[in-house]
Amino acid sequence: MPAVSKGDGMRGLAVFISDIRNCKSKEAEIKRINKELANIRSKFKGDKALDGYSKKKYVCKLLFIFLLGHDIDFGHMEAVNLLSSNRYTEKQIGYLFISVLVNSNSELIRLINNAIKNDLASRNPTFMGLALHCIANVGSREMAEAFAGEIPKILVAGDTMDSVKQSAALCLLRLYRTSPDLVPMGDWTSRVVHLLNDQHLGVVTAATSLITTLAQKNPEEFKTSVSLAVSRLSRIVTSASTDLQDYTYYFVPAPWLSVKLLRLLQCYPPPEDPAVRGRLTECLETILNKAQEPPKSKKVQHSNAKNAVLFEAISLIIHHDSEPNLLVRACNQLGQFLQHRETNLRYLALESMCTLASSEFSHEAVKTHIETVINALKTERDVSVRQRAVDLLYAMCDRSNAQQIVAEMLNYLETADYSIREEIVLKVAILAEKYAVDYTWYVDTILNLIRIAGDYVSEEVWYRVIQIVINRDDVQGYAAKTVFEALQAPACHENLVKVGGYILGEFGNLIAGDPRSSPLIQFNLLHSKFHLCSVPTRALLLSTYIKFVNLFPEIKTTIQDVLRSDSQLKNADVELQQRAVEYLRLSTIASTDILATVLEEMPPFPERESSILAKLKKKKGPGTVTDLEEIKKERSSDMNGSAEPTSVNSTPSPSADLLGLGAAPLTNSAPPPSSSGSLLVDVFSDSASAVAPLAPGSDDNFASPDLASSEVVSEEPADTVHDADELFHKFVCKNNGVLFENQLLQIGLKSEFRQNLGRMFIFYGNKTSTQFLNFTPTFLCLNLQTKPVDPTVDGGAQVQQVVNIECVSDFMEAPILNIQFRYGGTFQNLSVKLPITLNKFFQPTEMSSQDFFQRWKQLSNPKQEVQNIFKAKHPMDAEITKAKIIGFGSALLEEVDPNPANFVGAGIIHTKTTQIGCLLRLEPNLQAQMYRLTLRTSKEAVSQRLCELLSEQF
Amino acid sequence: MQFMLLFSRQGKLRLQKWYVPLSDKEKKKITRELVQTVLARKPKMCSFLEWRDLKIVYKRYASLYFCCAIEDQDNELITLEIIHRYVELLDKYFGSVCELDIIFNFEKAYFILDEFLLGGEVQETSKKNVLKAIEQADLLQEVSKFNFSGQSISMVGCESKKFLFL
Repeated sequence: MPAVSKGDGMRGLAVFISDIRNCKSKEAEIKRINKELANIRSKFKGDKALDGYSKKKYVCKLLFIFLLGHDIDFGHMEAVNLLSSNRYTEKQIGYLFISVLVNSNSELIRLINNAIKNDLASRNPTFMGLALHCIANVGSREMAEAFAGEIPKILVAGDTMDSVKQSAALCLLRLYRTSPDLVPMGDWTSRVVHLLNDQHLGVVTAATSLITTLAQKNPEEFKTSVSLAVSRLSRIVTSASTDLQDYTYYFVPAPWLSVKLLRLLQCYPPPEDPAVRGRLTECLETILNKAQEPPKSKKVQHSNAKNAVLFEAISLIIHHDSEPNLLVRACNQLGQFLQHRETNLRYLALESMCTLASSEFSHEAVKTHIETVINALKTERDVSVRQRAVDLLYAMCDRSNAQQIVAEMLNYLETADYSIREEIVLKVAILAEKYAVDYTWYVDTILNLIRIAGDYVSEEVWYRVIQIVINRDDVQGYAAKTVFEALQAPACHENLVKVGGYILGEFGNLIAGDPRSSPLIQFNLLHSKFHLCSVPTRALLLSTYIKFVNLFPEIKTTIQDVLRSDSQLKNADVELQQRAVEYLRLSTIASTDILATVLEEMPPFPERESSILAKLKKKKGPGTVTDLEEIKKERSSDMNGSAEPTSVNSTPSPSADLLGLGAAPLTNSAPPPSSSGSLLVDVFSDSASAVAPLAPGSDDNFASPDLASSEVVSEEPADTVHDADELFHKFVCKNNGVLFENQLLQIGLKSEFRQNLGRMFIFYGNKTSTQFLNFTPTFLCLNLQTKPVDPTVDGGAQVQQVVNIECVSDFMEAPILNIQFRYGGTFQNLSVKLPITLNKFFQPTEMSSQDFFQRWKQLSNPKQEVQNIFKAKHPMDAEITKAKIIGFGSALLEEVDPNPANFVGAGIIHTKTTQIGCLLRLEPNLQAQMYRLTLRTSKEAVSQRLCELLSEQF
Repeated sequence: MQFMLLFSRQGKLRLQKWYVPLSDKEKKKITRELVQTVLARKPKMCSFLEWRDLKIVYKRYASLYFCCAIEDQDNELITLEIIHRYVELLDKYFGSVCELDIIFNFEKAYFILDEFLLGGEVQETSKKNVLKAIEQADLLQEVSKFNFSGQSISMVGCESKKFLFL
């Protein structure tokens, strides 16, 4: 060891560092370090007491070793010893070691706290500063317990030096962040606010950070900071560039403080006091004006500091979201930056515009920059800038530009960086779903996604397309046709095989009429992909095959042969083997009826938040996505409301609610949108009039007297009738599915009808974890027999209610199901229409062409015929139409109408008293996208009602 | 600000300052990931990037990268100037600072940083005030600082002698 002389610094440390740097290999370095550690250990353990200088030197060496990335498990005690040294440099190194190496639960904390306490009491500002820095650096709970009461006093004491005040403010901030419960609010808070007026700009700078954090949690207590911050800001922005001396940074007056003050103001709404508000607006305008002035320096620091303040001012303008003039100016300013030569500014402009896009005042202004943003996507060389461009396109997307934006994103996806592909895929999938007016576009877009970036299409995305196709019968035929075509490609992505397999298994029948996609061709096409696929996909395909057995009995033996082959029945994978064995058995022993029941089309998926959106939120952090969505939702209610009225009410309409946008309110007391508001009245007046003519002998009565009188009168009107029109209409042609769902409750239905009788199983599912009490469903109208359900429904449980139905006579209105229960402390009351419609009591009648026209002519009385001409609401697909007519209940008569494009049907409506023969004819006009529907029955009201119900289906 | 890292073009960590409590393991993992990410970026790229749920602001001075992690609502440009002001402080203190100064006087680099930033927030922006505090402390010190700028010292890694401040 060289002799240590004064003025030589820590020579030993410098030599050690040089040695380490001269090491040629990692091994040599470790060897040198171990040697040094052994040396230090022996010095610390040695009998000879070390002097302060040596201790400092060795502690410093340990610190260096630690910073190289090695573990240090001794020396803490020596460092703590240094804290009580009277020599500043020894104390300083001791504190540094502790700040870097001591974790909060160290046993030494009591000793450390003791040393800190002494230094805080020393009244020596340099020592106090060291102690405060140490508390701020370690910031542990133990330190908060020891000092959270003391530091506020130091902060506001009149005789505290400025530099100590600064450290105390930020030290307190750190403790408040770790342990807010330990920092007592009190008299000092108002005095802290007044530090905003302090003469020393360094004190103001430190105090502003503290006040901002405190104000976020206790806005009321720090409200007075608003006017003080505004006046301080105003003095800064209007000062000449030399006024603030050393606080001016490259000709920008106090940029850090300005940014902090603008951040503080973002904790509050716009100031209420008009004078303060006016002054703030002036400040913001001055900042915006300065951006247009020629720069005072060519240095990048000048423009960075100036623009830092500008961007923070824009954030405040967006936060206030109240001054259209400022918002539009902000947007124009950002528009200029979009084409700036500095990459940093382009990046920030894109980022800032994302939030601006969500303001109703500036959304349109942001949209005008769409071409520049698309260009950025194509030409920016930095992936993080392109990423911002994608985010902005996503934020500015609405119904008017969705097709363009989705197309551009798909375009970009072809060459996009691997790191952001998955996110783009999610965004495209969400936009395509949210703004789909035409669901064929949606299906095309998703299949394109799979084609371009199949590897990045996560499960959520392909699950979603299947959920949507299953829930929207207007797109099923198209989806089947499109996946069939896409599967023709010689090399297609496995995700496409999954989607294709699932969709053809459900809806392959819709395209089976075309000889080019006959059942056997569909099967062979899928099976040609089978051997290239992974186990989960093969398992899915096996399920498709068994569904085919039901859909296409004619290829049953082909499928059975495949299932029976050794490669299936003896497959090494348990899941595949089990499926093959079970499906083969099922297809062999089950009757057609059982097969049809077991392998029935999938019921609609319950409408809930889109799993894709959830995934994006998870990826991007909750804040950004939700906020945008929330705001978009509000906007969509006025801007897009007319295009799709259902998207804003709580009805689970597929397009809106799948995204969780129209999430039903927690309690159903929220006022329904106007349309169903008037409907509420309708329902009650109608049911009243239906109940009124209950006089015995009235032919048209369909409700049994006791039910009507006892229930309807005693019921308080429900707060909301959940009309669920779209869902209700869906049930006209089918019997099973989800009738209603909100955040608390899901109601599912299964029903069967024969002649004039029916039975309905209603499933009430409690979606919460809390019990529902006094659960009472009641029914209005119709002849229904029910058994009461248990009045409590446990959290997560489902109870079932069976309703026996008898159709006494033909009827118009569907019965209403009213449900009341207690959830938590609140009383819930909701009503839904039960989808029991007249056509449920249809029995199909097969007849020849001759018979049909003979009967048609017999019903020629003008009152017996009802006709409706209407515009197609869904794509005009013959297969879907056929399926719907059959689902409606009548027989579909082939080769009866001389025009093969037309559809005719026949059946008998059964009621208790009479049977009513019904004939129907549907004539599509593809060119005009119109239908003409004609109903002829022996009873005017029946013709009328059936025509109404069926017209809603196309 | 959540943390600040200084590392060389070779990926060697020169200074680390953490303003949020994290385990050593987590710190090492973050450092490894970030150093890799930042070093992989090309010179003309923008100084900001998203990383986990944080924003990374970085800038290269000669052979050293200065890299800060800030939160979502924090201001990127002002953070860039925090880095610059810190480099100015080091430069003024050491007199044309180079990487070697920071290696051999790492404790000074920490002390200067503590005067400038505390608990992740800007404490004092005036160059004069920060340096006054440090120099006062130096007067109390019985030894003088090492200063390598401009000296020729036979050590490996010549580029680390480049001045940060050009």
